[in-house]
Formats: sequence, structure tokens, C-alpha cells
Amino acid sequence: MNTDPVVTHPPLQLIALDVNGEQHEVITEPRRTLVDVLRHDLRLTGTHVGCEHGICGACTVLVDERPVRACLMFAAQAEGARIRTVESLSDGDGGLNDLQRAFTEHHALQCGFCTPGFLILADGFLAERPDASKEEIREVVASNLCRCTGYQTIVEAIDACATARRGACATPCDMSAGKEH
Amino acid sequence: MKPAPFQYHRARDVDGAAGLLAELGEDAKVIAGGQSLVAMMNYRLARPGHLVDIAGLRELDRMHRDADGALRIGALTTHHTVESDPAGVLEAGFEVLNRAMTWIGHLPIRTRGTVGGSMAHGDATAEWCLLAVTLGAQFVARGPRGERTIAAGDFFLGYYTTALDPDEILVEIVFPRPAPHAALTEFAERRGDFALVAAAVDLDVEDGEVRSGRVALGGVASAAVRVPEAEAVLADGGSFEACASAAAQAVEPPADASGSTHYRRELVRTLVRRACEEAVSS
Repeated sequence: MNTDPVVTHPPLQLIALDVNGEQHEVITEPRRTLVDVLRHDLRLTGTHVGCEHGICGACTVLVDERPVRACLMFAAQAEGARIRTVESLSDGDGGLNDLQRAFTEHHALQCGFCTPGFLILADGFLAERPDASKEEIREVVASNLCRCTGYQTIVEAIDACATARRGACATPCDMSAGKEH
Repeated sequence: MKPAPFQYHRARDVDGAAGLLAELGEDAKVIAGGQSLVAMMNYRLARPGHLVDIAGLRELDRMHRDADGALRIGALTTHHTVESDPAGVLEAGFEVLNRAMTWIGHLPIRTRGTVGGSMAHGDATAEWCLLAVTLGAQFVARGPRGERTIAAGDFFLGYYTTALDPDEILVEIVFPRPAPHAALTEFAERRGDFALVAAAVDLDVEDGEVRSGRVALGGVASAAVRVPEAEAVLADGGSFEACASAAAQAVEPPADASGSTHYRRELVRTLVRRACEEAVSS
């Protein structure tokens, strides 16, 4: 075991990442952001990249189940953490989960570019705050930009999903059971 | 929008990180949550040759109260941890910190951004810098020459400039006394944006009367500043309105595309009054 107090990495480095429960190894430059590694190295192109400076939220992923901007994090910083992307929401056969279905049912998207970011933001938020009010949902979706002006329907979709999840389980409610991944 | 190349170093302890910073000199930057630094690197406004990642130093991610009521926040505590306060350490006197967190960016910024990172970055509009100045925080820094404590009044030197030496790591922020009648409020063009002006107050209330208080502003100078003129009004038993007017007259905020000096002064007047009213109703 290396007991040196500081580990210095060469220009190219091997990064081990846990993404959607799978282990990946990537050889890349330290300056590679997490979103670029997800999209270009791991070919997980569900996570989109918009502004690259933390404003738009298109690149939102979960790191240890908390929503973060994947453009404001170097992939090297994500070693040792559990990363979850929008690909984890569906069941693998292309079937949509309840949150994704709610977005469809409430017309919560138009062009769809921002949608993966909103989905994973909502997934992380509802896991922590299953009893969130509509006002709290409205506050949280302000994190991400939708330029088709679809916030109203996004709020309704997330609220409908949260309400259905609360109704689907016995009280007291174990909300983690409502997540399909 | 891609950062310039750099070498990445992962610190295993504070002393190792400080030693490496001393060795690498000005070309090295500390990275914690990276919520300001990575954006600046993507824009190439910052191009450090070396990044020293201290995020793994879990001993700096903690928040607790001393026996005398002081609050000690480890530098790597995230805004989200303060916001959710899982151990309830903000109860009885530091609820103002909990409430102020909702002004910082958005949830996905607060889950990564750290208290120490925000302080060390030293943005003139940052909520944490304003809270530190208002509440008289003390900064514990550690470097190759040992540990020292810096008072908030001596810590913020100007735009993105603090009293930290290049080889020092900010390890802890101490809020020495509870502030049950404190509040922070601000105005930004959009929710989550940098504030145009932010105001914070910490009032001393006895028998339902405001006896004195600290008043501080962000966004009106190169760093968060106390406003003695407004504090004098409170100490003389003046109204919140008079206190707010004194604050507006005392400052000369910079003008830019988001607002003139006059406009920002009017924001100061409104926000100081609101902060005072929120502080006594909390």
C-alpha cells in the first residue's frame, strides 16, 4: 500500500468508476470532466452536455445518490463514488420507469434536450424528499434550464410521480421501494 | 470550454497537501467541491498547472458545537449538509445558517460545494463570506508553519483574495457565539444567480427590544463589509428604516450592466430593512 501522503498522477491516468452499478476503467487526462468521460469514454450518451459551466443542468447525474453537475466535476474526483445516470432509470429492455412515464403523460418535454437532467435531478430529489410539496418541487427544478418553456408540466409530472409513489406503499412509507433501477 | 491540462494530486492528509502546495508554488490550486474552480477552469479564467484534491480528507467534513455553544464547521462540509443539518447541531442559535443555504446556487451545486471552498474562493457576493463577516467567524488555517486562526475581519482582502497563504489549507470555520436573531437576504436577477446585493444582520435583542447589532453587505465592495454607520443607528435605538437608510448612504456600490450604483444602493436600503425584520421574527 502506498503510504506517501500525496499521490501524484501522470498526464494520463487510470480512473476506476462505478457507473450504474458497473465497474469501468478509463485511461484519460485528469482534465477530463465526468460528463465527457460518461459520454465519450463510456458511451453513456443519455447524459447531455449544455453550458459546461454549471448553469444549465443538462449534465446532472447522481453521485452517491445526490444530484450534481457532471460538467463541474473531473472524472478523477468521482473515483470511489457511486455514479448513476439517466440510463439507470429504465428497466434495460427500454421500458420506462414511473418518473419517465409521468413526464410522457404530462407532456413534460418538447425537444427533450434538457429531459435527462430533469429526470435524474427529480430522481435524486424525490429519494431524499419523498414528501416534497409542489412548491419545493418548483424550487428544485429551477436548478435546470428548459428553453422550450415547459416548467409547469415538469413540475406537474414530478408531483404526480411523487404522489403516486406515496399512494403505492403502505404507511409508514419506504420510498426507496418506489425506485426502479 | 475545456480546461487546460493539469496534473492531479490526491491528498491523503492536510499536512501532505500543504507540503505539496509549498513545493509546487503558485501554479497549484486546492480543489474541494470545485463548484467555482471547475467553471473557471472550463472558461480558462483559471489554468492551474496542478490541482491538489482535498475532498478525501473526511476529517474536514464535520459540524459540531463546543461546550460553550460555539459552532465549528469543517472546511469540507457541503452547503447541503448545513441545509439539511442531519445531527441538529444548528438548533438553538444557528438556524440562520440553515435558512441562508437556500440562497446558494441550486441543489446540485449545494451537494458538491463546500463551506471552506466558498470562503477560500472569496467571492464578493458569496453568502458564506457575508455570514462569516456578520457573525464574526474565525478561520483555522494549517500550513507548513503550523496552524493559525484568522478573524473574519482580517480574512477577506478583496476580489477573490483572502489572507490564506498559497501553501495553507483552510481546515475549519468557527462561529463563536449563537445568533438567534440573525438573517440573510439578497436580490439576484434569477433564483440561484449571484446576488446583486446581499444583506445580513445579527441583532442583540433584550426584553423584546433591539439593543445593538451587526450589519454587513455583500456585492457593494470588493469583499463583504460591515457597515458601522448602520450599526450605530441600531445602538442608538433607531428604527430599521433608519438603519437601512444609513447603510444605503454609507456604501458606494460598483455599477455594471446588472445595475447602477443608485440601483444597488436602493437594494441595500430594501434588503437591510427586510433582514432586520426577518431577524426579529425568527
